[in-house]
Amino acid sequence: MTVHVHYFARLREELGRQGDAAELPGDSLTVGELWRHLHQEAPPERLMAAVNQEQASLETPVRDGDEVAYFPPVTGG
Amino acid sequence: MAVEIYTGDFDPWEIVRQAEQAIPANARGAASVFVGRMRDFNEDEDVTGLFLEHYPGMTERELERIVAEAEARWPLLGCHVAHRVGDVRPGDALVLVATWSAHRVAARDACSDILERLKHEAPFWKRETLTDGTQRWVEKNTPGF
Repeated sequence: MTVHVHYFARLREELGRQGDAAELPGDSLTVGELWRHLHQEAPPERLMAAVNQEQASLETPVRDGDEVAYFPPVTGG
Repeated sequence: MAVEIYTGDFDPWEIVRQAEQAIPANARGAASVFVGRMRDFNEDEDVTGLFLEHYPGMTERELERIVAEAEARWPLLGCHVAHRVGDVRPGDALVLVATWSAHRVAARDACSDILERLKHEAPFWKRETLTDGTQRWVEKNTPGF
């Protein structure tokens, strides 16, 4: 399965890239499992995420073709 | 209901004036307006510039969801949300939340709820530039209640 990953703000700067195009075995995994697959470590504290531009948790399932975003706590307004 | 993202400076009061024209004059008993602007200080340091990053697409969807949920909870006659992105200067408007209802409680509570949810749920991030040129990401928004 293919997943399109985006990073924002401090996370984007720390990782040095705006995103990843991930090729993964199987047909589903969670947002948290995807992070571990991409970064070989546990998700950082207070990490926020979205799947297909909707709020998600580390337990939200990710499927082929999905758009996944990881970002720090939001600070708008 | 309207949600707008501005890449340049906007006049929140002109938006309020125009949006109010679309609401039946004899029914709009109450309007509640919040305007947030960029300060030139934060956490005891002088701030000379601000960059607002966002997640195009999700930003609009989140704001529309937050407004729709407020409309389901309170009897609103109108609601307008505007938010700035990109490079911002001190004094520029950052956010506008305006709500109209027949009565004050619905207008006031909906305006406050939309603003607080925007600050904790909508995908915007602030990066400040200090007087010595260093930049820092704002870590988190403080609770509003």
